[in-house]
Amino acid sequence: MSLLIKGGRVIDPATNTDEIMDILLEKGEIKKISKNIDSCEETLNASGKIVSPGLIDMHTHLREPGREDEETIQSGTYAAARGGFTTICCMPNTTPTIDNPSVVKFIYEKARKEGIIEVLPIGAISKERKGEELSEMGRMWKAGVVAFSDDGNWVENTYLMRRALEYVKMFNLPLISHCEDKTLSQDGVMNEGYFSTILGLKGIPREAEEVAIFRDITLSKMTGSPLHVAHLSSAGSVKLIEQAKKSGIKVSAEVTPHHFTLTEKEVTSFNPNTRVNPPLRGEKDLIALKEGLKNEIIEVIATDHAPHSQEEKESDYVSAPFGIIGLETALSLVIKELVEKKVLSLIQALSKLTINPARILKIDRGRIKEGAKANLVIFDLNKNWVVRKEDFLSKSKNSPFIGWTLPGVVEWTIFEGRIVYRNTK
Amino acid sequence: MDFKRKDLLGLEDLAEEEILFILDTAKSFREILNRPIKKIPALRGKTVVNLFFEASTRTRMSFELAEKRLNADVLNFSPSNSSIVKGESLQDTVKNILAMKVDCFVIRHSTPGVPYLLAKELPVSIINAGDGAHEHPTQALLDLYTIRETKGRIKDLKILIVGDIAHSRVARSDIWGLTRLKAKVRVCGPPALIPPMIEKMAVEVFFSLEEALREVDIVMMLRIQKERQNWGLFSSIGEYRDFFSLTEERLKLARKDILIMHPGPVNWGVELPFKTSKSKKSIILNQVTNGIIVRMAILYLLLGRNR
Repeated sequence: MSLLIKGGRVIDPATNTDEIMDILLEKGEIKKISKNIDSCEETLNASGKIVSPGLIDMHTHLREPGREDEETIQSGTYAAARGGFTTICCMPNTTPTIDNPSVVKFIYEKARKEGIIEVLPIGAISKERKGEELSEMGRMWKAGVVAFSDDGNWVENTYLMRRALEYVKMFNLPLISHCEDKTLSQDGVMNEGYFSTILGLKGIPREAEEVAIFRDITLSKMTGSPLHVAHLSSAGSVKLIEQAKKSGIKVSAEVTPHHFTLTEKEVTSFNPNTRVNPPLRGEKDLIALKEGLKNEIIEVIATDHAPHSQEEKESDYVSAPFGIIGLETALSLVIKELVEKKVLSLIQALSKLTINPARILKIDRGRIKEGAKANLVIFDLNKNWVVRKEDFLSKSKNSPFIGWTLPGVVEWTIFEGRIVYRNTK
Repeated sequence: MDFKRKDLLGLEDLAEEEILFILDTAKSFREILNRPIKKIPALRGKTVVNLFFEASTRTRMSFELAEKRLNADVLNFSPSNSSIVKGESLQDTVKNILAMKVDCFVIRHSTPGVPYLLAKELPVSIINAGDGAHEHPTQALLDLYTIRETKGRIKDLKILIVGDIAHSRVARSDIWGLTRLKAKVRVCGPPALIPPMIEKMAVEVFFSLEEALREVDIVMMLRIQKERQNWGLFSSIGEYRDFFSLTEERLKLARKDILIMHPGPVNWGVELPFKTSKSKKSIILNQVTNGIIVRMAILYLLLGRNR
């Protein structure tokens, strides 16, 4: 079975390629990349469209096992494919927690049987993500996890975090930290500032993130182990990462599309779909995050796709859980906010969704080269689409972008040589 | 002017002329309270539901009286004796009551924004009777009415609000209303009970009650909740009283004609010495009386005419 992608503008950030070429796919791999390849069994006319390595999301929440009503491994991969992703990394905050090899194997098994793209699990740092004792990281590494994280629970115990950073040296995998000092953020629901004051909602200060980042950077320096900081939200955090990088600390960072698109002002609608953790911040933070992306202080864009049931999310602002879905809108928000506004070139933007996360996770993905896995996304930069609740392939519909018109339409997503998503509109 | 709103949600988005129109309408209801038969038929045939998801005595009774004075049919709801204890959601509760064809919901809820979300969704009038620490518009309107009634004006008056500003919906609504009517507003309390960046609401912040009281025309004392001390917001009720109780000595620092207000319920002996309850400076009970006519005015403007 072979597939020819003809006449597309091929962008491969890993090799700084940006030119019109044909790509022949065979047996799940990229067979040939060349100017003129004769047509074969099936040909996709990609002329006028962008051909990019399949996108990689290193921060996804699938709700299986535990909350299959909100998202399954299957539905999550459908949503991912619609968004142009061919690899997603699922966070361990499931029930049971991904803190032992059998849950890791369960996810691989499920994804192989029911998924349409690749799912790579992230293992918990501590057992049940309780921050008390280390999980069996080594056994999970052997079972195939690509990173470790306690996700929404920052490892408060500094001693344990030090030991975790030391321990991962055996496997050469990154630790991902959701930096939030909960003794400071308490039960806040939005950014602390003028808007939390006038709305009477409890605030989460930027410093809850910044003090946590500072500690983790310090421990990364102490141990020499790489640290990846999840979803930066504040200008101060960007500065901390910048300083750490300048002094040679092995730190990397990500930002979500909602944090570079929306500000705390959105909360005045009281729409629970503006409730995310870390919270939406101010205008200055948004500008700093964009600058950080531009200056390569932030090398990854990740979705933090967090499905929640309608019953839970459509209650009131205080009872609703944190989080929004993001897989199906990420690429379009990157185009709208970063590429069209000339913060990033298209190739730089795509690097943060492909080769950069692949390098951090040390996986051989995110590039277009002969012999590589045929994971690609083909999208139209010049077409718009309207975000509609009923069109989401995710089981959950909790998005603040419903009703928005966004640029960038994914036409085909190709995983291991097969078309796993096709735009039919 | 004409009042064309479907709902009364907060003072933040009310224009100066809308506020004055409500106060003038309330004034025209004043004499009804002194009639032997205190009822007019303005809301005959209308049904108002009082949905109080949070405990309330004064506000709930005041609304109920206002509704009855206007001849509305009144339904009262509180979660302790309702389907909420059976796990029914807020949205379901409201939609079920709406299916019984009612005209207005008066809502109190502990979460900011709940009346706003319902107002967006429902075709009937919503009156916010307090949403968390966000807004309490009818309280602010009765405060404005009381100030105007006793001082004859609001513009350029210096008004001080003392206490737990951070958790007070009354403070927020009062600040919006008072600043819109061009009064000068000060707030005073322990730093952790003054919310961040409140200066942007055009108020002056004081941590010393002695300093804050100077030149003030009206002081509005807020209730302090004992459980706040567990969160490290202040150290003890006793120490709070030492610094923020409106004692006679402190009152001497203020203008001679200063008036004292309080949205109630008062913690006598904490923010106010018990003596104050008998002081001529106190207009706390005027506030309670005016609450009824202000609420009558709001109900009338939202429901009593053909919009």
